[in-house]
Amino acid sequence: MSPLKKRRSVLRSDGLQTLISSLLCIILGLAVGYLVLLLINAAGAWDATMAIVKNFFKFTKAETRMKNFGLTLAKTAPLLMCSLSVLFAYKVGLFNIGAAGQYTAGVCAALIFALHPNFLWPWWACLLVAVAAGAILGAICGALRAYCNVNVVISGIMLNWITLYLTNWVLAWVKNPASPYTKELRSVNTSALIPSMGLEKFFNNKNVTISVVLVLLIAVVIWIILKKTKFGYELKATGNNLHAAKYCGMKENRNIILTMVIAGALAAAGAGLFYLAGIEEWSTTQSAVPGMGFNGIAVAFLGGLNPLGAILSSYFIQHITTAGGYVNLQVYSAQISDFISSMIIYLCAFVGFFKMFINLRLDKGEERKARKAALLASTEEGGADE
Amino acid sequence: MSANYAIEMLNITKRFPGIIANDNITLRLKHGEIHALLGENGAGKSTLMSVLFGLYKPEEGKILMDGKEVRIDDPNDANRLGIGMVHQHFKLVECFSVLDNIILGVEPNKMGFLQKEQAREKVVALSEKYGLHVDPDAMIEDITVGMQQRTEILKMLYRENNILIFDEPTAVLTPQEIDELMHIMRNLTQEGKSILFITHKLNEIMAVADTCSVLRKGKYIGTVDVAGTTKEELSRMMVGRDVDFIVHKDEAKPTDVVLSVEKLSVSSKGHSKKAVNNVSFKVRAGEIVCIAGIDGNGQTELVYGLTGLLPVKDGAVIMDGKDITQLAIRKRNVGGLSHIPEDRHKYGLVMDYSLEDNLILQRYFEPRFVNNFGFMRRKNIRNYANDLIEQYDVRSGQGAVTPARSMSGGNQQKAIIAREIDKDPQLLIAVQPTRGLDVGAIEYIHSQIVAQRDKNKAVLLVSLELDEVMALSDRILVMYEGEIVGELDPKTTTVEELGLYMAGAKREAREV
Repeated sequence: MSPLKKRRSVLRSDGLQTLISSLLCIILGLAVGYLVLLLINAAGAWDATMAIVKNFFKFTKAETRMKNFGLTLAKTAPLLMCSLSVLFAYKVGLFNIGAAGQYTAGVCAALIFALHPNFLWPWWACLLVAVAAGAILGAICGALRAYCNVNVVISGIMLNWITLYLTNWVLAWVKNPASPYTKELRSVNTSALIPSMGLEKFFNNKNVTISVVLVLLIAVVIWIILKKTKFGYELKATGNNLHAAKYCGMKENRNIILTMVIAGALAAAGAGLFYLAGIEEWSTTQSAVPGMGFNGIAVAFLGGLNPLGAILSSYFIQHITTAGGYVNLQVYSAQISDFISSMIIYLCAFVGFFKMFINLRLDKGEERKARKAALLASTEEGGADE
Repeated sequence: MSANYAIEMLNITKRFPGIIANDNITLRLKHGEIHALLGENGAGKSTLMSVLFGLYKPEEGKILMDGKEVRIDDPNDANRLGIGMVHQHFKLVECFSVLDNIILGVEPNKMGFLQKEQAREKVVALSEKYGLHVDPDAMIEDITVGMQQRTEILKMLYRENNILIFDEPTAVLTPQEIDELMHIMRNLTQEGKSILFITHKLNEIMAVADTCSVLRKGKYIGTVDVAGTTKEELSRMMVGRDVDFIVHKDEAKPTDVVLSVEKLSVSSKGHSKKAVNNVSFKVRAGEIVCIAGIDGNGQTELVYGLTGLLPVKDGAVIMDGKDITQLAIRKRNVGGLSHIPEDRHKYGLVMDYSLEDNLILQRYFEPRFVNNFGFMRRKNIRNYANDLIEQYDVRSGQGAVTPARSMSGGNQQKAIIAREIDKDPQLLIAVQPTRGLDVGAIEYIHSQIVAQRDKNKAVLLVSLELDEVMALSDRILVMYEGEIVGELDPKTTTVEELGLYMAGAKREAREV
C-alpha cells in the first residue's frame, strides 16, 4: 500500500504536473512550428527547427558556446523580472499588463541618471531610481483600482503609452547626436555599468553581469514571500477571495496598492538590470513599448505562475528567441522564431488542460486498481469460504 | 405493468473522479403521485435529478418513460419529454413581466412577430385552473417570492410538462406560502401531473408526499409509503442513526447588555435607499436573540452594518459599552465579535486555501502564528488546526491540508464555526448557520450555539428557517422592509403569528 501511495503523491504534486504540462506544451508548439515551416519550405524545415532548439549548441567551439550562452542568460534577466511582476500581481487577482510601461519607466529613470552630465550616478543608484519609477507607476494603477475601481488592465495600457512618449522625450536629452539611440554607457559613464564580478571572464562575454545572479535571487525571494510569509498569506487571500479578506479585517485596498507597487518595482528593476549592463541602447524614436512586459505575461503562465517555474520558462523563451537569429534567413524570414515562440506561448493556455488530463488518467488508473483489489478480495473471501 | 410509472430510473450509476455520486439507484415515479426524494447534502439527490434532466450522463442504468426507454442527452430532450423543474434559485428575468418570463424561449409568433394575446389567454386559463392567482402583467421584481415561484410553476404548465421536479421549494417561503404551495401541488397531481419533490424537511414530506425515496451517501436506501411511516423512521433512513429533533436548552439567564443597536440605518450597496431603517434593539449576555424575516428584508445589511462590512448611515452600534460604529473590521473581530457569515463561500472561506489556512483566517497575525520576521509558523498552525479539527469534528479528505473547496458544505460550515467560536467572542453573530446542511450537522451546530449562550455569551441569530427560529431563540425580533415590526416570545407565539409579522400583515408599536 505504501509504495502505491508514494507514487501517487509524486505525480499528483502540482509542481511536477505543471512541469510536465509545460514541457508537453513546448513540444506541441515546436511540432506546430515545424509543420508551418514544412508548408513554407519543406527543405529547410528540420534544420530551422533544430537551429531554434539548439541555439548556442550549434557552435562547435566551447568558447563561442559559452559566449552565446552568456548572451541568452543576460537577455533572460529582464524577461524573468517582467514575468515575476506579472505573476506577483496575478496572485492578488490583478492582471498587470502595465508591466511593459513599468519596464519602460525603469529604462527611462536608469538611463537618464546614468547618462545625463548633471548626474552620472553609479549603477546601484541608477537601479534604485529605476525601481522607484516602476513602483510609482504601479502605485498609480493600484490606487486607481482600489479607490476608483478602475480596472488595472485599462489603466495599465494607458500608462504604457504615456510612459513610452515620456521616456522618448526625456531620453532625447542623452541621445547620440548622430542616431536616435541613447549614448553608450561604456563611453560616457563606466561606473553606471553593473559589475560582472568575474562572470565576464567565465562566459567570455562582457554583457554578462551580476544581473544574471541577482534576478535568480529575486525570484527565490518572491517565491519565499508568497509561500512562507504573512504578507504572502494576506496577498493570496485577497486575490482568491476579496470578500473573505475584507470579512476577516485585512486591509484589502492597502494590499492591492502594495502589490502593484511591488509588481511595478520588479518590472522596472528588470529594465535597470538589463540597460545598465550596457547590452543595448534605447531608441528614442521607438513607437511601441518594448515587448518584454508582454512576453512576461506569457512566461509567467508558461511557468505555472510559480516564481521558480518562471526561472525555467523565461530562460526557455529567451533561448528560442535568441536562436531565431540562427535560422537560415535565405530560406525563411526573420520573424520565424518569433512565430514559433508565439506558437508555444499560445499553447501555454493548454497547461491547465494537460494538468486536467494527467489527473483524469490518474483517477482512472486508481479506480481500476481499486476495482481490481476489490475483485481480488472478494474472490479470496470466496476461496476461504470453500 | 411498468406503464403505471411515469418515469423509471433504473440502476443509475454516476461516477465522478474519486467518488460514486449515484451508486445503482432506482427511482420509480407513479402517475399522479407526489414522490419525495429525501437525503442529506451530498447524498446524490442533485446528481440524480441532473441525470434525469440530461445534464449528466450516467455510466450505467437506463431511464424509462411510460415503460419505454428514452434517451436524455441534454435539457432540451428533457423538455421535449415533458420534464420540468423549479430550481431552488429561480431562473427569472427580474425586469420582465410574469407573462414574458413564462413564454421566454417558446414565444408564440407569426413570422417573427410576437403573438402575446394568445399566450396570455393560455396563462390566465392555467392560472385559474390550478388556483395559482398570478397576475400575468406584474413585473417579477415587484412580486413576492411566493408569486415568483408560482410563475416558475406556470412556466412548466405552459410548456405542458407532466413531470414536475421541485428542488427544495419551501426554503424561501413563509409558513402561509408553504401551505398554499402544498395545496397547489395537490391540485397539480389531481390533474394528472406527477411530482418529484426534493427536500430534507421531514414535516413537508409527511404533509404532502405519497411516497418517499431515501438516498444516503450516493446509495439507494429504500422507498416507503408516507402514510405508513413516521418522521423518526424517515430520519433514521436518511442519516443512518436516531436523530434528536428537539434542541435541548434550559431557561435563558440573560445578564449584561453586550450589544446595543441604536436607531441604526444602513444603505445597501450602490443604493441610497435605506435597507435598514432606524432599527434599535439590545442583546444581552446569556441569551439568543433571533432576527426572523423573509429573505431580503434588510437582515443582511443589518449584519453588514454591525460587522463593518457596510458603512453605517445613521445611528450607533455599541458593544460592551464601546461605540464601534466606525471601528475597523479587524478591531471589531479582535475585540470580541465573531461572525458566522450568511454566504460561507463568498465571505466565510478562501476556497483555494487549505483547511488549516482557513482556520487561522481570523488570527493569522497573532505572534504564535507569525514570527518577528513575518514568516508563518507552519508547525504551530498545523497543531492549532489539528486541535480544532478534532475538537469540532471537522471531517475532510486529507485533514489540515485539504483544500476548502473539496470539503462538503457541512464540514465547511463546521470549520467556520470552529474558527469563530474558538475566538471566545463576547458576541456571536450567526447568519443562516445551518443553511443547506443536513440533519446531523444542524443538530451539532445548534448545540454549539446553545453552548455559547450557556457560557454567558450574547448570540444574535439571523435565520430564515422558522423551525430554527422557534427552536433556538430566547427572543424573536421580526424584520420587515428594513424595520423591526415585532418582538415575540417563542414560548407564547405560534408559527402562524410569526408568519403574519414576517409578511407585514401585522406590526406592533415598539419601545426600546
